[in-house]
Amino acid sequence: MNALNKPAIELAAAIRSGEISAVSAVEARLSEIATRDAEIAAFVQVLNEEALAAATSVDDRVATGEDPGPLAGVPIALKDNLCTRGIPTTCCSRILEGWKPPYEATVVSRLRNAGAVVVGKTNLDEFAMGSSTENSAFGTTRNPHDLSCVPGGSSGGSAAAVAAGFTPLALGSDTGGSIRQPAALCGVVGVKPTYGRVSRYGLIAFASSLDQIGPFATSVADAATLLEVIGGHDPADSTSIPEAMPSLSECLGRGVEGMRIGLVAELCDGVSSDVARRVSEASEALAGGGATVEEVSVPASRFGLSAYYLIAPAEASSNLARYDGVRYGMRTESSNAVEMNIATRTAGFGEEVKRRIMLGTFALSAGYYDAYYGKALKVRTLIIEDFNRAYEHFDALIAPTSPTTAFEIGSRTDDPLEMYLSDVCTVPSSLAGHPAMSVPFGSGDVNENNICLPVGVQVLAPAMGEETMFRVGAFLESVAVNVAESVAREALTSEALTSRDG
Amino acid sequence: MADRNIALLPEGWEAVLGLEVHAELLTETKLFSASPNRFGGDPNTHIDPVSLGLPGTLPVVNRHAVELAIRVGLSLNCDVRPSTFARKNYFYPDMPKNYQISQYEDPINADGFLELPSGKRIGIVRAHLEEDTGKSTHVGGGGRIHEAGFSLIDYNRAGVPLIEIVSAPDLRSSDEAKEYVAELRAILVTIGATDGKMEEGSLRVDANISVRRVGDELGVRCEVKNVNSLRSLGRAIDYEARRQVKLLEEGGAVTQETRHWNEDEGKTHSLRSKEGETDYRYFLEPDLVPLVPDERWIEEIRGALPTLPAERRRRLASARETASTKGEMYGEADLSAIATIVARDQDELALGAISAGADTQLVFKHILNNLAEGTGKLDISAFAELLTAEAAGNISASQAKTILADLVANGGDAAAAMEARASDTTDAGELETLLEELIAQHSDEWQRFCEGEQKLQGFFVGQIMKATKGRADGQATAKLLAQRMM
Repeated sequence: MNALNKPAIELAAAIRSGEISAVSAVEARLSEIATRDAEIAAFVQVLNEEALAAATSVDDRVATGEDPGPLAGVPIALKDNLCTRGIPTTCCSRILEGWKPPYEATVVSRLRNAGAVVVGKTNLDEFAMGSSTENSAFGTTRNPHDLSCVPGGSSGGSAAAVAAGFTPLALGSDTGGSIRQPAALCGVVGVKPTYGRVSRYGLIAFASSLDQIGPFATSVADAATLLEVIGGHDPADSTSIPEAMPSLSECLGRGVEGMRIGLVAELCDGVSSDVARRVSEASEALAGGGATVEEVSVPASRFGLSAYYLIAPAEASSNLARYDGVRYGMRTESSNAVEMNIATRTAGFGEEVKRRIMLGTFALSAGYYDAYYGKALKVRTLIIEDFNRAYEHFDALIAPTSPTTAFEIGSRTDDPLEMYLSDVCTVPSSLAGHPAMSVPFGSGDVNENNICLPVGVQVLAPAMGEETMFRVGAFLESVAVNVAESVAREALTSEALTSRDG
Repeated sequence: MADRNIALLPEGWEAVLGLEVHAELLTETKLFSASPNRFGGDPNTHIDPVSLGLPGTLPVVNRHAVELAIRVGLSLNCDVRPSTFARKNYFYPDMPKNYQISQYEDPINADGFLELPSGKRIGIVRAHLEEDTGKSTHVGGGGRIHEAGFSLIDYNRAGVPLIEIVSAPDLRSSDEAKEYVAELRAILVTIGATDGKMEEGSLRVDANISVRRVGDELGVRCEVKNVNSLRSLGRAIDYEARRQVKLLEEGGAVTQETRHWNEDEGKTHSLRSKEGETDYRYFLEPDLVPLVPDERWIEEIRGALPTLPAERRRRLASARETASTKGEMYGEADLSAIATIVARDQDELALGAISAGADTQLVFKHILNNLAEGTGKLDISAFAELLTAEAAGNISASQAKTILADLVANGGDAAAAMEARASDTTDAGELETLLEELIAQHSDEWQRFCEGEQKLQGFFVGQIMKATKGRADGQATAKLLAQRMM
């Protein structure tokens, strides 16, 4: 490992002590991006000048004896639905192309105050609607582990940036799995905090009651540090929990001895055998670590996907109404304001966004509301109740993050329903507002390209249960190393067998 | 009063009216953001990322707006309850987010009533918070968005806090509707919730109007918009009620629809039918949490409320009754006098003077007739002293009027003002000289007066008042006329 390619915590420590300069760390990352991002396309915008200026200022502060903060000089990538003052923020939609927010998202201000250096904005499915990053108006991001595969989505750009080693940290947003699923597919750590933990001010809304910003990192410890920086109450977001962020880093090494952990039966249904195998290995590892692991049923989670694909589009249909060509973003001129509005939205939104606006508008319409949106809200309540019942007996739950490993680019684009199924394991905790994270845990079967793609195990916890969740996540990370080694051995063995057969 | 307009409808018909009043709340900043809530200003200067609905921005409820809303609720005898915000979705370019944040299922105030000066109670269904829209001007095409060449939009008003007060269909005539709005306005202004300026649009009224044969079920209603003054509210209601009666009498049916009042034509026009109404697709605003005001806070607000017009009228009426030595009954004229005094904020003056011993009739007479332009520097005790002097016959009515004007203009106590004016009083000699001159000028009238045409007394008194610029004592002048005639 290159000295400049350290995990975030170590890098920040080296920069704070003056051992490494922030400028050299950032330059190294920018040069990696310049060399290799052409094939991965994690970024839609690289901020060379701004990043170097920010790094210089970090170095200046170190030189004068100031502490630039816990993320001093650490390069970070931001999903392009997070507002950055004066820097285009597009949601990877034509309708917002070139729009420069006059203000900074709360998380971005907090990152800057902690010394982090924003190196670029990453690709996403347009308005975060998708599970593969193929719905971006600005091209598809590729999975660094297999360039023919998707990185997952919608925060595919951020997941790929971390997986490719472009930045040790990135921020994404998770509405129904948009951090966890790409984290799993790219083999990195991805965290969706409790709804309300992280301020949404400056996150361009997809579905307001579900959206939550969270970290991507190469390690659980780095993810914890990043969440500590961005989390905590923000008066600019009324849904923000009025509590300070607890220290997560402190609970990482505590192990799982004596913990009660449930394996969610419903979320294991229909997942591919290689993913299922890793999840059961994770269960065994947890038991080996001294936890009690049992299967648990969260019955209503079975209806999560159906409820989600009514609630999220309903909110989206309203949230996206403001893109009308009047005040900002794209405008397609027409004979009058009403026609201009129609023409702009017709030209500016992509297919999937239009599909969800239609779905959501329908679900909220008079005469259909009760049967669709109203019923979905009831399901949401049932899911919360079922989870809460499970948490009466368990400290945390585990499940697969994604039913499969990364899939081929283009393989699901013709079938929206199949694409939606990518979120089946992540959506229930989103609807509940509970925290959940994906931790890399070995890899799946060798694919057509002779590559074993990463598998993620999901850790779920009750609302405000981040400490428990990170404790379990850190334990799984510590045992996953062994799994990865055994995977490597298996691969070798199968290769040997293949060559003997050949 | 209420019966007058029913008479405008044919015998046996009555109008059933419910009003929706929108009042802009007097806050420093907007309902969900820090940009100023101020009338006027150059277009698009009172804005910020939140009030423009820029992507990523979020609303935060203005505490002062909530306090004012609670004041409104308490003043209208409503239940103040935990409430939620909802999104009302429809596209219009002057609405920054293309949805309006309003309260739908759970309004902050519900189930109250307003007591009219007549004593009738009008039900208040709800009084909820919502944000205002911007203003658009469609240039060309008769000002209609679809035909306009271009549209100009000013977002200064977007996000201004509104309280929407919905009455029950308890009003029965245009006069009663006007009385309701005037009373509501007085309450809202008294509690500092709004400045109540209809001409600036800070108070706006939509009228739901239906008619029925007396005793029948409720008829189909129309909502009439664009009434910008009390006068046009009355005219719009009268026009619309008569239109509906005519339609029904001719065997037709009223269609539920929204109608636009055209002030110049004096008519309402159909804007859109119920079928053409927008489906607002209301749902709970996910960017805001339920509003659950602390009980203690509500009680604090209740404790700090000023005395409301209805209570002030009651106090004044009771003071008048108690002080009245003649024991007379007070009819509608008296109710309206009391209402006027309270509306002018002169009830403190009246009560003070009455309790200082001034004659109630004189108090009412002077306030109603001579203080319409305000009380200026007039002090309660000076007012009482002056009226006591008048009642004792130390000064004449017209002198009292003149001295009252002095007190309004200059302040000070009544004794000094009476002293200053004493030298002005005409003496008997001056009066006699004037009368002789008048008789010479108007010999015909004098002849007729002497022959018994009594009404000419007023003419001569008037002429003398004119000549002395009101300094003459009316009673002395009348006495002089009688002596001279003999």
